[in-house]
Amino acid sequence: MSRVVVDVMPKPEILDPQGKAITGSLQRLGFEGLSVRQGKRFEIEVAGDLTEERLDQIRDAAEKLLANTVIEAFTVRVEED
Amino acid sequence: MVRIGVVTFPGTLDDQDALRAIRICGAEPVGLWHASDDLQGVDAVVLPGGFSYGDYLRCGAIARFAPVMGQVIDQARKGMPVLGICNGFQVLCESHLLPGAMIRNEHRKFVCREQRLRVETNDTTWTCAFAPGEEISIVLKNGEGNYMCDDDTLKSLQDNNQIVFRYLGNPNGSRDDIAGVTNEGGNVVGLMPHPEHNVDELIGTSLDGRRFFESVLQFLSARV
Repeated sequence: MSRVVVDVMPKPEILDPQGKAITGSLQRLGFEGLSVRQGKRFEIEVAGDLTEERLDQIRDAAEKLLANTVIEAFTVRVEED
Repeated sequence: MVRIGVVTFPGTLDDQDALRAIRICGAEPVGLWHASDDLQGVDAVVLPGGFSYGDYLRCGAIARFAPVMGQVIDQARKGMPVLGICNGFQVLCESHLLPGAMIRNEHRKFVCREQRLRVETNDTTWTCAFAPGEEISIVLKNGEGNYMCDDDTLKSLQDNNQIVFRYLGNPNGSRDDIAGVTNEGGNVVGLMPHPEHNVDELIGTSLDGRRFFESVLQFLSARV
């Protein structure tokens, strides 16, 4: 069994209200100089061999469903044990 | 009699109000179910407001792949009038029937209020009974109604007259004050405010919502 991780982040030019809220809260807690943007992490367990074709399928899935590429960018990587 | 379908997804809230609005405005309301790909021969479809699939992943992202949506997308591409209200607007954006996407409101608060809008174009199946430039009042209620699109998309929306409604007093940070847009054909319209709540004097301070449904009736009767 292999694990593939898809990270989805709001594009840099898109406002991130949740990240802004977290940044403000960190400041109130005394954590200075930390600016946060919030994204999503998907951990995908892949049955069988992790071929290049399988990775392409996961990229396709990320493009179709996991991310909305109008406002988000994603990366796909294989997680080593 | 014109038959207008309203899709119910798990987590939809305003389907009953939409069905009722359609009846009040003189068409036959037809309930459609997310898990069926049968549109029952309706003449137009409304995707109502709510929190389909609990807003999991992104608002509208899961609903976009519901069985009923394959037919809605097919028919919309063939010219059927489709109206997406609030969550329905989000579903239409996720389906790429409309450009852009919605993110969380700029000020991070849920908005619930009467909202003034300007009707920017009546060249759509859902606004042909309005005059361009007319100012109307429609209920607005959402947490993620902040319309976003890139510069090229905004320019093509402006150039092609596809911005249908603008907010008078931007309530959520939406780009260019956009409250609703249409596709190139003018048959698919999405907006964040809720016309189905403004059809009855008992519960709405304006009856401006009726004219959305009167528009589509006017369009459909002219076509026959």
